[in-house]
Amino acid sequence: MTEPLLQLSDVHTHIGPYHILHGVDFAVPAGELTMLLGRNGAGKSTTLRTIMGLWQASSGRIHFDGSDITTWSTPDIARAGIAYVPEAMGIFTDLTVRENIVLAARSGPVDKTRLDWILGLFPALKRFWNLPAGNLSGGQKQMLAIARAIAEPRRLLLIDEPTKGLAPVMVRSMIEAFKALKASGETILLVEQNFYAASALGDNVIVMDDGRIVHSGAMSDLVADKDMQQRLLGLSLDAHQ
Amino acid sequence: MTSSPALPLPFDETRRRGGLLTGLLSSDLPRSRALSFILLAIFVLLAATPFLFSGSQPVGTAAKICVFIVLVASYDLLLGYSGIVSFAHTMFFGIGGYGIAIALERMGPTWSSAAIGLIAALALSAVLAIAIGLLSLRVRAIFFSMITLAVATAAAVLASQLSEITGGEDGLSFQLPPALRPAFRLFSEPVFGTMINGRLLAYYLVFVVSLLVFLALLRIVNSPFGRVLQAIRENEFRAEALGYRVVAYRTAASVISALAATIAGALMALWLRYNGPDTTLSFSIMIDILLMVVIGGMGTMYGAVIGAALFVLAQSYLQVLMGAGSAALAGIPLLPNLIHPDRWLLWLGALFIISVYAFPGGVVGRLRQGKS
Repeated sequence: MTEPLLQLSDVHTHIGPYHILHGVDFAVPAGELTMLLGRNGAGKSTTLRTIMGLWQASSGRIHFDGSDITTWSTPDIARAGIAYVPEAMGIFTDLTVRENIVLAARSGPVDKTRLDWILGLFPALKRFWNLPAGNLSGGQKQMLAIARAIAEPRRLLLIDEPTKGLAPVMVRSMIEAFKALKASGETILLVEQNFYAASALGDNVIVMDDGRIVHSGAMSDLVADKDMQQRLLGLSLDAHQ
Repeated sequence: MTSSPALPLPFDETRRRGGLLTGLLSSDLPRSRALSFILLAIFVLLAATPFLFSGSQPVGTAAKICVFIVLVASYDLLLGYSGIVSFAHTMFFGIGGYGIAIALERMGPTWSSAAIGLIAALALSAVLAIAIGLLSLRVRAIFFSMITLAVATAAAVLASQLSEITGGEDGLSFQLPPALRPAFRLFSEPVFGTMINGRLLAYYLVFVVSLLVFLALLRIVNSPFGRVLQAIRENEFRAEALGYRVVAYRTAASVISALAATIAGALMALWLRYNGPDTTLSFSIMIDILLMVVIGGMGTMYGAVIGAALFVLAQSYLQVLMGAGSAALAGIPLLPNLIHPDRWLLWLGALFIISVYAFPGGVVGRLRQGKS
């Protein structure tokens, strides 16, 4: 494992009266794709939102590239180089596809070569370039959300359940896009419930349950160990292909 | 990252497109033939009113339309593009009016007095907008609206109470610089049958400044800044997650909107040669602005032109039209009474209810929808 780009140490998060994260500890190595798995309500999305500062950690520390970002505001965290694609995609439906992508490039016009590369990953976006993003299908919106996250080079991508509710053909094209992103050297923390997609992509895996980390290690170890899959996730890879 | 072969031109973000008109309209074209025609008709009529119509009322109505286009467009920047519901917009309108009125009345009718009054008004508006924005835009929308309502009410009360400065309820009448007075003649002979006097110059001052401010607002909403405002309006948490500081952007939008409203107030005072609480600070003007934005179409800018033109025309001429209609229908039972000029406010209200019902996205929204 390479040096961690992101490190969470004993992070607790409360939402109102509810204690959601109970001392979360994990590291995301630079240049690798780390999967965050767990059943519904395990605290995966809360973990991503806490990293982004959308919910403040009540205790513990979050370090990103050597800086303690625990108390930073969300815009400062984004400016430090972390891009976040929420489960609900969060695209701006009144703006066009083009405007959604241009908006994400804060430092100036979108680099032409990079835009070519992004539209090569998600060719469907070309056809709707000047149309309101609200007209896109669910899968296309997801593509746009990811395209927007990578409109400028980022240090870390946080992506929450990108294949949720998508047709199998769309899931396959999404997996191909993530493989290309991974090959380009992006560091990614990906929340996923689809174990087939997770096993096809992940270098490392973190499993959460009830707001705690119950397993972390290499994805290949989890894929090879069906007993561990049953124990941690209540499933086996075979059942989810 | 690997580079794919170059894509066709539509994806070249560096390419500049369009001609002079597209540039003037910041590439935000009306996108509907009917809308283009209506906007062009309004522009031509406003530009040529002094030469097309005789008497002071048509020119007065046209000047009021120009001022309200700026006022409503500046409010659209707040409400339609930024999702901010403020009731303090008339306060900035009033500050502009009082800036000009106090300066010209106290310092004499010169251009330098007008400039000092306008600059002071703009500075005061900017400071107040920053203060209200930074202190209040962090709270929920409804509380922000309540705070602006309280501030606007306080400003109106203050203007009435500080009668030594503002003229109180009577307001302030003042003289304009000589070039804008009715007695001033630019040429000794009429041009196209119209004498080019100071009043006409004052009208064109209002017209040109209104046009420039409107085009500037159009440029702002179509700039990257404007896109961020729209993104914030739609999903502020998502905009924050992209790295945009929501309060800073909203405050900047409030300041720009306030400055435009201040200019509108200054133009109104210059045109009327008077400023008082009822002409710029009244809450009923705030309601009118809201109606104009909604009728024209929120978040479109062109809606401000349509809304202001329709509303001011209805305010100015509905009573006259109803009087003519009532006289024409004399002898028929019930109808003449129903459209008696005294009931013009009832019919104005009915017209607005119908237009909001028929055009939920405003006139501009409807025309653009029809086109698609």
